[in-house]
Amino acid sequence: MSSGSYYVPASSRWPVLGSVALGAMMAGIGIKLVYDTGLPLVLIGVLGIVAVMGLWFRDVISESRGGLYDAQMDRSFRWGMGWFIFSEVMFFAAFFGALFYVRMFTLPWLGGEGAKGVSALLWPDFVATWPLLNPPDASIAGPQQVFSPWQLPLVNTLILITSSITLTVAHEALKVGYRRTCRNWLTGTVLLGCCFIMIQGIEYYEAYAHYGITLEAGIFGATFFILTGFHGLHVIIGTIILATMLVRIVKGHFADENHFGFEASCWYWHFVDVVWVGLFIFVYVL
Amino acid sequence: MSPKLPPQPHVQHSTTAVADGQSHAHPAPPKGILRWLLTTNHKEIGSLYLIFSLTMFFVGGIFALVVRAELFQPGLQLVQPEFFNQMTTMHGLIMVFAAVMPAFTGLANWMIPLQIGAPDMALPRLNNFSFWLLPVAFTLLLSTLLMPGGGPNFGWTFYAPLSTNYAPPSTTFFILSLHLAGISSILGAINIIATILNMRAPGMRLMDMPLFVWTWLITAFLLIAVMPVLAAVITMMLMDINFGTSFFNAAGGGDPVLFQHLFWTFGHPEVYIMILPAFGIVSAIIPTFARKPLFGYASMVYATAAIAFLSFLVWAHHMFVVGMPLVAELFFMYTTMLIAVPTGVKVFNWVTTLFRGSISFESPMLFALAFVVLFTIGGFSGLMLAIAPADFQYHDTYFVVAHFHYVLVPGAIFAIMAGVYYWLPKWTGHYPNERLAQWHFWFSIIGVNLTFFPMHFAGLAGMPRRIPDYALQFADFNLLSSIGAFFFGASQLLFVLGIILCVRGGKKAPAKAWEGAEDLEWTVPCPAPLHTFETPPVFHRTSH
Repeated sequence: MSSGSYYVPASSRWPVLGSVALGAMMAGIGIKLVYDTGLPLVLIGVLGIVAVMGLWFRDVISESRGGLYDAQMDRSFRWGMGWFIFSEVMFFAAFFGALFYVRMFTLPWLGGEGAKGVSALLWPDFVATWPLLNPPDASIAGPQQVFSPWQLPLVNTLILITSSITLTVAHEALKVGYRRTCRNWLTGTVLLGCCFIMIQGIEYYEAYAHYGITLEAGIFGATFFILTGFHGLHVIIGTIILATMLVRIVKGHFADENHFGFEASCWYWHFVDVVWVGLFIFVYVL
Repeated sequence: MSPKLPPQPHVQHSTTAVADGQSHAHPAPPKGILRWLLTTNHKEIGSLYLIFSLTMFFVGGIFALVVRAELFQPGLQLVQPEFFNQMTTMHGLIMVFAAVMPAFTGLANWMIPLQIGAPDMALPRLNNFSFWLLPVAFTLLLSTLLMPGGGPNFGWTFYAPLSTNYAPPSTTFFILSLHLAGISSILGAINIIATILNMRAPGMRLMDMPLFVWTWLITAFLLIAVMPVLAAVITMMLMDINFGTSFFNAAGGGDPVLFQHLFWTFGHPEVYIMILPAFGIVSAIIPTFARKPLFGYASMVYATAAIAFLSFLVWAHHMFVVGMPLVAELFFMYTTMLIAVPTGVKVFNWVTTLFRGSISFESPMLFALAFVVLFTIGGFSGLMLAIAPADFQYHDTYFVVAHFHYVLVPGAIFAIMAGVYYWLPKWTGHYPNERLAQWHFWFSIIGVNLTFFPMHFAGLAGMPRRIPDYALQFADFNLLSSIGAFFFGASQLLFVLGIILCVRGGKKAPAKAWEGAEDLEWTVPCPAPLHTFETPPVFHRTSH
């Protein structure tokens, strides 16, 4: 409920510059993909987005530290971040849904199951299996083999779960004002995030070099890379966010009671962690 | 049992909004174009959305007129089939994503803070960002028409593999522009939901909110839930087109039908995104001009929530002929029919609100009443389409075109026009020219019915949609539709004229511009000052 002190910012140049930068990046990506040129435009767009985000957040931080925000503003940020994470959940839900649909319906039907099975007409020899090593059409080469979940994926699972714990310890430390403890545990969390990204990079290298798991390797490769790829992107973003929080801790930002920027980063990291657990189960184990 | 009265706001104003505006120090906004580029004010951003939407309404309308001109008589006269396909596709995309959705967001920006007594949207800078993504997105989308191979030509539903294997190269740009529009929608919806949940005047509970706020709260939830699904599905398209993945390619173990499931998981809630705010507008206007409180306020809220919930369970009724198992056909048939129940609750509530009211027929009321009647016709044809065995006949015919244009044009668009005429006094300080508005209304309603009613018959007789030529027996229906379309299109110039005249002058409106209007927005002056409710009003409800 309103208290009358809600801060309404004056006009700002960051939003419109941000939309232009984002548009430049999108146009650049399109030109790159379709006409195989235009990489500079992508770079300009990305740098523009990074710059705008930095400057925009700088304004927010200085307004917050200047005492312009009240408890109601804090709730706006909480609702905003919460619903943003919900939108991310739905984004991943669509990719998981695609995976489940392919495994539950498409492949069995392609294999001739059910009244509407079509493979007898198109690919009579096709056998539905998961992981799908032999796609229906011979023109598409499937993976030679898939990863054992109990090697690198398990290590990565442990890393991410540990990082959620270390982050919680850092947060608890911040709440009681143990800023050095917070800094140390947060540093550990960032390092764990970096480890995850490196291991995922190794796995991608292995996938292409030795396993034949590629984007072109039929539906297994497609679902594998879309799910792990977008998750990996989120880990990278999350690690950058946490690194930013680390810088802010070192600079003495955040009050014991009022540090939603830090808390929102924690929410985001835990969300990324939960998505990974889903990935581990449905992409690697099952 | 005495009828339960909906909330009646009674506001104590220790200070008026004008006085508030002076009591707070606001830096002067930048001059000229920069003021609009950099603004964080919900009223200015609302105006930007509405102007953008109106512009795109005419762009999309011109595309539709190209289609109707070609269909004026059988044979190919004006355009090549390739260009015809681009026109049907772009008409749909522009109208859905650049006309109807931004219009509702614009109305939300203007009216939700005023209706809940908030000083602005919860996150004003994000609000500006959401708007300015739209011109960028649709410049990119429209530019595809000029690219080699032409623009998107696969229908606004962009089914794979038509949109992946057989599409023009510009499809990648179409995908990226839709990403931008989607980001805009998601951020806009987050802002609206945060505003409604967090910025209400002290004393205003959820069940005290005007229906327009309620319907937008639920719409915002739908947007946040399904726009990411759209983002996911177009990303998979992008991968299939550019990186050789097999999401929608059965040769690699994927499935074109998967595309349709994912698309309609987004697409069906999307059609409710385009109608729920319209319900809210009509629920504001009918009580005002019937001079009676809305009948069944609580049931309106629950019906809206029920429609939103069911919208997630009906998507495959768009896919009855795709070859689904029988059990799926039955499930989606019954859930779809179930939606008629909460929708019927709404229609009956509007009619009951009118019952024994002292009704006057100003232009907002005319559009709202036309909405109730014509939207219901669209609802009934939807019910016909919901019957799976009957849909085997109707599918992909002009009957479907007639159905969704009845719910979108005299549905969503009429509600937007009703809202514009209703709230113009609040925005400009002047009443719109009533005579002009009435001409606009009668021309529109004749044009709409002349355009879309014959399509029912053409469709039932078997005329397929999205084809530039047709058999001779459909000639009369198409001739009528084309005449109606040009008549409707031309009469929208009266709308623009009315708005321009209203901005420039006209009869001065008092704070409470309409005699029967009760919500909070009518407690601030007309035109609403740039900053309102900086000190929140204290909201008192009459005891139920």
